[in-house]
Amino acid sequence: MAVIDHKAELSRAGANVRSRAGAVIFFARRYPLGAIGALIMLAFVTTAVFADVIATFDPLTTNARASLAPPSDTHPLGADFMGRDMLARIIYGARISLAVGVGATLLGCLIGTAVGLMSGFFGGWVDLIVQRLMDIMQALPLLVMALVMAASLGPSLGNTIIAIAIPLVPNVARIIRSNTLALREMPFVEAARAVGMSETRIAFTHVLPNTMAPLIVLATAQLGAAILVESALAFLGLGVPEPHPSWGRMLSESAAEYVRTAPWLVIFPGVAISAVVFGTNLLGDAVRDMLDPRQRF
Amino acid sequence: MGAYLIRRLLLMALTLFGMSVLIFVMLRLVPGNITDIIFDSAGFVNPAKKAAIERQLGLDQPIVTQYVSWIAGLARGDLGYAFVSEKPALDEILPRVPVTAKLAVLALLFSVLFGVPLGVISAVRQNTALDYALRVVSLSGLSLPSFWLGLLILMACVNWFGWIPIYRSTPGSFWSEVALLSIPAAAVGFRSSALVMRLTRSSMLEVLRQDYIRTARAKGASEPTVNYDHALRNAVLPVVTIIGIEAAFLIGGLIVTETVFNIPGVARFLVEAIRWRDYPIVQNLVMFIAVVVVVVNFIVDMTYVVLDPRIKFEE
Repeated sequence: MAVIDHKAELSRAGANVRSRAGAVIFFARRYPLGAIGALIMLAFVTTAVFADVIATFDPLTTNARASLAPPSDTHPLGADFMGRDMLARIIYGARISLAVGVGATLLGCLIGTAVGLMSGFFGGWVDLIVQRLMDIMQALPLLVMALVMAASLGPSLGNTIIAIAIPLVPNVARIIRSNTLALREMPFVEAARAVGMSETRIAFTHVLPNTMAPLIVLATAQLGAAILVESALAFLGLGVPEPHPSWGRMLSESAAEYVRTAPWLVIFPGVAISAVVFGTNLLGDAVRDMLDPRQRF
Repeated sequence: MGAYLIRRLLLMALTLFGMSVLIFVMLRLVPGNITDIIFDSAGFVNPAKKAAIERQLGLDQPIVTQYVSWIAGLARGDLGYAFVSEKPALDEILPRVPVTAKLAVLALLFSVLFGVPLGVISAVRQNTALDYALRVVSLSGLSLPSFWLGLLILMACVNWFGWIPIYRSTPGSFWSEVALLSIPAAAVGFRSSALVMRLTRSSMLEVLRQDYIRTARAKGASEPTVNYDHALRNAVLPVVTIIGIEAAFLIGGLIVTETVFNIPGVARFLVEAIRWRDYPIVQNLVMFIAVVVVVVNFIVDMTYVVLDPRIKFEE
């Protein structure tokens, strides 16, 4: 006969979590990999916000004497061809990655949610047209779509955000639409309709809040993708323009020719991108496990 | 079935038509065409000369006329002339396709060969140290930018073997070409194999929880029989989808990898054409990619029906 230890089961389910700190500790114990991801993201955001405090050099000041300087006490990660300190450039590069990653994800989710909600809630010809538009946008890989958009909008921080946000829209819209379709038939929506609530109000007060869990799961997953696409665009010379230090462009400047002569120029920016995206992926997996227990990877 | 196929083909045609309009308008949305790029670097601009070039390239026509003449050309198999090289666009694009196709096939092979078995092992050994290690590896596969992975591989080749795996247009035998291309293909395929592995794992876990698996165990079937005969065959369906989608979407990874390894394929050519605003090349290449994506999606859906008799065509 199996004996159920009620106390242990309750604490495993988080029933005895009473404070904010308790919730954090509970999350860290339950999802250790997610906690590591959260720590990486915390370090990333802190670096981006306090870049001017942390960095000891200006990322844009050139110094001919330090050109291609290998890692040393003054330049811990070396210096690039123009003698700019790599550590400072990587620290300031966090700002670009954060701005584009978060900006594009938020914008994409915002538009996608609006489109998906409209499409799922109103149905009919609105839905039909929206779905065909999404089909068209999904007929190109994310990077190709972003590339064409970035090229046609021109290089700037805002345009890079738009160029990455728009290709993210169909994914979000599809998920929100299918959730909306299911929610629309729920008894509580019927009840709201029965008491005479307007359709718009039902959409915003009853349906929208219930699509938040899948949206958060999707948004954390898209964040990593957005940061990767930003770095690829910058690598190809179609991302955020000079003088902003973007990690992806630091790799294109230093690409193949420095592989032999100055490997530190190739290694460190890539480590920065990979670490941050790895953090978002770890966190994303934990968030999905937490909010959507049916779907596990 | 017939009605479903017709509806499906019509939707595909509609999507491609929409894509052609979208790409055409997007390219011409912003001011500045190839003549601006040419004359910008020249400094001095002779308006008459610029207008003459625009007329020669057909850029002075109204946008609708330009669109109609492009589509009419497509219907005749005439893709127009590339702005930069002034050769027929088809002659510029076609010779670059085989290299990219070979890379894509190799990368896909790589992703299936590693992704599926490792995903199965990870699922069967769920929550063991091996499972955790494989999960971290697959997650890192989704986190490394493929161009950086390519650069790291280049670095390893140069520093350890003193050899650069640069593509040559006239390689010797079939196998030497495969060997040479497999290096960039691995750089692209790592990400896909990570994706395939994660999906195989989750799909396997899902199936292993089913009642009929418990029944098989209860009947005394051996672990390998349960895992491979009963579970894997059912778990493989979603994996087929992701492999299909990856096959079409590999082009994204190939763009940066062809750039890193200096491979003269279509993916890198697209970026060059975008930089030069070489409209005939960009719009035809984008359409080519869209056709590949749409057709592959169609094939994947058909495969599904063949693999799983429970799935019927929806009307």
